[in-house]
Amino acid sequence: METEELLLNMGPVHPSTHGVLRFKLRMDGEIIKECNIVMGYLHRGTEKLGEMKTYLQFTPYTDRLDYISAFPNNYAYAKAIEELAGIEVPLRAEYIRVLTMELNRIINHLVFMGSLLMDLGAATMIMWGFREREKALQLFEMLCGARMTFNYIKPGGVRDDLPDGFIPKLNEFLKDMEKRIDDYEQLINENEIFLMRMKNIGVISAQEAINYGLTGPALRGSGVSYDIRKLEPYSIYPDLDFKVCVQSEGDSFARYMVRVDEMRESLHILRQVVDTMPEAKIVAQAKYGIAPMTGMPSAVSTYFPRIFAPPAGEVYSRIEAPKGELGFYIVSDGTTKPYRVKIRSPSFCNLTAIPRMVVGLKIPDLIAAFGTIDVVLGDVDR
Amino acid sequence: MIENAYQLIVYVLTLLGVYEWIYGIFQSFGIDYVLQIIIVFVEIVILFAFVLVTVMFLTWMERKVVAMVQSRYGPMVTGPRGLLQPVMDGVKLIGKEDIIPAKADRWIFTLAPFIVFIPALLVFIPLPFGKSLIISDLRVGLLYIIAISAMSPVALLLAGWASNNKYSLMGAMRAVAQDISYTIPLALTAIAVVMFTGSLSTVDIVNAQGGTWFGIIPKWFIFIQPLGFILFLIASIAEMGRIPFDFQESESELVAGFFTEYSGMKFAMFFLAEYAHLFAVSGIIVTLFLGGWEGPALPFIPVQLTSLVIFLIKTYAVIFFAMWLRDTVPRVRIDQLLNLGWKIMVPLAVLNLLLTGFIVVAGVI
Repeated sequence: METEELLLNMGPVHPSTHGVLRFKLRMDGEIIKECNIVMGYLHRGTEKLGEMKTYLQFTPYTDRLDYISAFPNNYAYAKAIEELAGIEVPLRAEYIRVLTMELNRIINHLVFMGSLLMDLGAATMIMWGFREREKALQLFEMLCGARMTFNYIKPGGVRDDLPDGFIPKLNEFLKDMEKRIDDYEQLINENEIFLMRMKNIGVISAQEAINYGLTGPALRGSGVSYDIRKLEPYSIYPDLDFKVCVQSEGDSFARYMVRVDEMRESLHILRQVVDTMPEAKIVAQAKYGIAPMTGMPSAVSTYFPRIFAPPAGEVYSRIEAPKGELGFYIVSDGTTKPYRVKIRSPSFCNLTAIPRMVVGLKIPDLIAAFGTIDVVLGDVDR
Repeated sequence: MIENAYQLIVYVLTLLGVYEWIYGIFQSFGIDYVLQIIIVFVEIVILFAFVLVTVMFLTWMERKVVAMVQSRYGPMVTGPRGLLQPVMDGVKLIGKEDIIPAKADRWIFTLAPFIVFIPALLVFIPLPFGKSLIISDLRVGLLYIIAISAMSPVALLLAGWASNNKYSLMGAMRAVAQDISYTIPLALTAIAVVMFTGSLSTVDIVNAQGGTWFGIIPKWFIFIQPLGFILFLIASIAEMGRIPFDFQESESELVAGFFTEYSGMKFAMFFLAEYAHLFAVSGIIVTLFLGGWEGPALPFIPVQLTSLVIFLIKTYAVIFFAMWLRDTVPRVRIDQLLNLGWKIMVPLAVLNLLLTGFIVVAGVI
């Protein structure tokens, strides 16, 4: 029988492309022969905007990179500037930063689980995930008034101290979450259909994963123990007890399991942070050394000078964001605005491995593999 | 003895004392067959109205069950506990623009929603809703049901092809592959039931399930045919195209499958047909395996009424199971589904047939 190949344009408007992403697929019936990724539908010129804004003005833009987990974005940018300008950060501020970032890691993985199961056709998990996420978002709201775009972690510290009643509510969340993760595992991990869809699908070997520049859970799912929190310890991570979650299979299920384990590890980290939180209520460093303070009174906080100029130089600073390695490369020419801001976003680099994973598989496998890479298009297109 | 809905209507009219009078009028003109046609027409209208109301209720129920599982409320605003939501949905869909894509095959595109709806309604004709509550007790009732159900992929293929959309086409192709591979185990397990009754008539099948063993266990075929029941249930869910087997419309892959391009009332037709099918298939499962309308009779209440209630309770239990399943499990992949159908379901159905043959010949039950 004469057949012909089908060119299928999946996206940019499609239910499971997690935003505006386009797959150009060359198909033989249901089988994917070739997969091209077309990105850039959400390009906002964030890096260029970085050159136009003063150092502090750019922080809110980092919220909008990976809007599911904005705290790590804030932190990565703040960390880069701190390294550039040599700013000391009070210990309590570091604790609060780690607290927010690990909380953010949990809700990022909740959204991941929800949207993955949604892509596989089980709509319940996303509702359950969002139910718990809501509690974390309420904590964030207590902390900084915002639920998704926080603008909270600033160079030199954090914007405000923890509000009253935050820690008890957090403890409640931690206790609740422990049980919930068991629930999820019961709902999902023991489901034969889920295993059928995830095992041996979208396999990528450790070497290939490294070659493609995969980071984060996507890389750890291939058996590479690569976690910047351990390799290049930053903040208070050296003092904390946690392990790097690794699975060796390299398939979709391994990537999924890494994230489930990471949620447990994050809970473990959070409990340690709560227990060892320093009492001193200093959450930001007022002195920037060379900072030319402007006379303008700050509406946000008295701790930060609105405008300051770090010494000329460049810095590349990276952290382990929930989705992978998030790096900021900042070049300063000694003025109040960066000369160049380059963002190494985890979603962008991880996404490029998709064609390698899915060629020869079927459309449903593409959806599953894509779901386990866990990208946010705001992070891909910047 | 009242055997079907026609005779029931005549009986009720006779009880009211008007039948003789009406019949006399028609007879005086020598056209008493017109009265028969009118009565048949009335019973069909009653049936279709009942099915449509049920379908609307099912759309509400589906949303409520999903909401329950997902710890939400579901529709709450329109009517008491959102009960009028389906009506509002209908009003909204009627008000929508009826879009026919420029490159679509206009005739087939328009025809397909109706073709999909007709078999979904015709299936109800030999389905006994209760004692003597049946439009027509066909002697080949079960065969008729399977044959009519097998018509629906044609309509889906027409819809998918006429839309001139790649997603629609793939959805339609999946639907056809799926329906063909699951009609076979469906028919094979149904035959196992027929081997006990020796009749394809749905009424005979239900009657064969009357009575109990040891006064406790009802003589439903689910207890004689547990494997057959499971196979039939899985095959039915696959034939209905519900999660975990809803490839024809798997929204995360194919946007909406074969009805991607449909809007407004035509979309609603597909939607209604889907739920009519759900109701019909659940009714068939109840008829074949769960004893149909057989159940305890109450004094002073007409047996037609109690049997209808018993039938509906059982049917809704099956429907609830299908809805519950939908909220709990993900979707399998199309090739996994076909593998399951041909490599596991068909051999098991044949095995079931063989075992049934031994049991029937041995005369154990």
